[in-house]
Formats: sequence, structure tokens, C-alpha cells
Amino acid sequence: MNDTLEVALRLLAVFAVFLVFPLFIGQAEHKVMAHMQGRLGPMYAGGFHGWAQLVADGVKFAQKEDVVPANADRRVFQLAPAVALLPYLLVLVAIPIGPDNAVGEVVDAGIFFVLAVMGVGVLGSLMAGSASANKFSLLGGLRTAAQLLAYELPMLLTAASVAMAAGTVSLPGMLDAFEWWWVPWQIVGGVLFFVAGLAELQRPPFDAPVADSEIIFGAYTEYTGLRFALFMLAEYAGIVVLSGLTAVLFLGGWHGPFAGELGWLWTLLKTLALAFVVIWLRATYPRLREDQLQKLAWTVLIPLALAQIALTGVVKVAIN
Amino acid sequence: MTDVPEMAAAPAGDPPGAAPAADAPTQWAAAYFDGYSTVGLLAVIGVLFLAVAFVCGRLLRPVVPTPEKLLTYECGVDPVGEGWAHTQVRYYVYAFLYVIFAVDSIFLFPWATVFAEPGFGGTTLVEMFVFLGFLTVGLLYAWKKGVLEWT
Repeated sequence: MNDTLEVALRLLAVFAVFLVFPLFIGQAEHKVMAHMQGRLGPMYAGGFHGWAQLVADGVKFAQKEDVVPANADRRVFQLAPAVALLPYLLVLVAIPIGPDNAVGEVVDAGIFFVLAVMGVGVLGSLMAGSASANKFSLLGGLRTAAQLLAYELPMLLTAASVAMAAGTVSLPGMLDAFEWWWVPWQIVGGVLFFVAGLAELQRPPFDAPVADSEIIFGAYTEYTGLRFALFMLAEYAGIVVLSGLTAVLFLGGWHGPFAGELGWLWTLLKTLALAFVVIWLRATYPRLREDQLQKLAWTVLIPLALAQIALTGVVKVAIN
Repeated sequence: MTDVPEMAAAPAGDPPGAAPAADAPTQWAAAYFDGYSTVGLLAVIGVLFLAVAFVCGRLLRPVVPTPEKLLTYECGVDPVGEGWAHTQVRYYVYAFLYVIFAVDSIFLFPWATVFAEPGFGGTTLVEMFVFLGFLTVGLLYAWKKGVLEWT
């Protein structure tokens, strides 16, 4: 009985994080970007500095008509937002937030599970792109596919580098093995992983698949109301997952002073700092063309990732 | 130098008097997949959440379709031709490269967990460099061939 209760509580916590954190990041994006651009951002909804802006947005989306174009592949079109969103919920269960199994569920093949499930989310964009029967959506879907070919490999290789350093593929196991000097040792891999993750989330500067000035909103052009909101939620849940994973793999997760009591706080701070960087980059860098991204991935990211693996292997064998 | 790991010779970790050894793998598998049942449960919660959201959305929103509204969006003018347009996929060579490299890189993970264990060490590392060398040569060849240039 106690076990059942514990599992229920853990799943409830994961679900709460999944619902609340993306909203928090979205609101932070509104305000941070506004202040970086000399604006105020939302100020009215909820009274205090527009804190309820995204709640108001959600209410608005839920009341909007759900238009499915007559030419669209109806079933696939309607299912795509769910396919885009669910993987990020599942990934959250495997990310440890503190010592002593403070994690949704200890997944033995953690890093493998996380990367595999995150890859499914892209299917949602591809489904939307092909099912919309819209030329802009199709182009957006094709760009999403191209982007997938660019970032997935650096992500896999740098994650493998951390797995080599820790000698395990379980995420809590990696953190148990963590030492502070892993941060400089794996720093190149960390940057690569983060950059590749930005490309997976289609965040600026890698937002060519949703480039508004070229192809309106890419694969999501035809979406309205609730289904559009779910795609947005998927993007911000993706930021939470990417920042959390980067923090766990490359910045030591819950490690820090007083990790015994305050481990969860360290995870939270590192995750939020990385999410801030994601927002910062959006306000800073211009968009890369699709071919520029391919070139960056295959001539810079992948060779550097291979070099990081070589470095990790040599150092690891040397210290043993 | 012998690289035979100690662990290969020691599967006999079962406590005496426990279940017969033939049953042990089954038990491990059951315990192993136990964790994934929680993940499955979370997936069910997620699907339920989306189902409830879609049903609530249907109750809340208006449904007033008109032929114009259901038309494919193309910058405000009537759409030209079919929705599924022909386009040149310029990056298909990247796709081949990606498939080759991604399958290769999967092999790194099982290797990564054991390569620094006692009994492995130097030789295993050299093997990894041979593996990385193959990948690098493949990449350089593709680069030289101009495959990594889109335009």
C-alpha cells in the first residue's frame, strides 16, 4: 500500500512539474525578452507585472474554434499535438532532482531512454507538416526533418561521453559518480549537447522550421485553439527538459554545497539558469539557414564531439 | 596481456538456498521491467490528460465551419495547386550519412559502461580509437566529396 502511495505521489509531482514549469518559463521569456529589448512585456493580467498572462492565454486558446482544413489528413492532423507533447512528460520521470533517489522513477538505461523518447517528439512536427496539406507546413516539416539529421548525432555522442566518464547509463548513477572536475573535463560536450538541444526544440537561432517571415509558422501554420496551445506547451516543456538534462549530465545536477538537504535547489537553480540562456539566445542571435545548420553540425559539432569522446576515454583510462 | 574480464567467469552470485539458477534470469527481467511499468503509468496519465483536454475543448469552443474557413491558408489568397507540393529534398545525402553514423554511435553506449573496468583498460581504449578513426575517415571522405555542402 505504501509503495502504491509513493509511486502515485512521485507521478503526481512529475505531472505537476510538467504543467507548471513550462508556464513559468514562458512567462519568464515574456518578461526577460521584454526587458532585454527595452519593453515592459505583459503588465495587466493578474495585476502584479502581468503574472497571469499565460493563464489568460490558455483560457483564450481553450475557447477558440478548432479548425481542421478541409484538405487535411484529419486524423493525423488532430493527433499530431499529442505526439509532440507526451514524450516530454515521459522524459521528466527519469530526470533526478536530488540525492537518494529523488527522481520520478529510476530508469536503469536512463540516458538511452531519455534520448530515445525525446526523439519521438519530433514525429509530432513531421505529422503536422505532412497532414496539413499546406505548402508552408510541408516546407516546415521538411526543415524539421533536416534539422533532426543535424543535431541528433552530436547529442548522442556527447551523452555517450558522459556515460563513459561515469561508467553507467543510469542518470542517478551518473550523478553518484560525479566529481566537480567533470565540469571542465566535459565542458565541450556540454556546450555541444546544449546547442544540439536548441536545434531539436527549434529555438532561435535554429528556428528555421518555424521562420515566420518565410513560411508563416512552418508545420503549425494551420493549427488553432487548443491544439496550437499544446504545440506551444511542448516547446516550453522541451526547454525544461533540455535545461534539466544539461544540468544533470554536465553541471552535476544536485551537487553543490549542502547537497544533502538542498540538492533539489541546486538542480532547480542550474535548470533555471540554463533556461535563462535559452531565452537570452533568442533575444540575441539571428536565425541560421538550414544549410548553415547542417554545415555547423557536420563540420564543427560532430568532429568536436568525437574529440570529446577521445579525450574522455584517455583521461578515464589514465586515472584508473 | 590478457583482456579476459573477471566478471565473465562469475555468474554464480546467487545466494545458496535461493531459487534455482534457471529461474534467476526471469526474476531479473521482471524486476528490470518493473521500473518501466511506472513509466507506462505516467504515459496513461498523459493520454488521459490530453483526452480530457480535447473533450473539454469540444464543450467550450464554438463550431461554426464555413467553406472559406476550411480553406488551406496561403497568405490570404486562394491556394494554388495541391496542398502536397513537389519540392527538392536537398539534404537526402545527409540522411544517409546520419543513418550510418547514428547506428554506429549506438555501439558506444554498452562499451562506455565497461571500458574502464579492471581487466579492460589500454587495449579497449585502442579499439575505441580504431572505431573513432573509422568514423572520422568516413566523415572526412564525405567532406572531401563535397557531400557536406548544401548549396
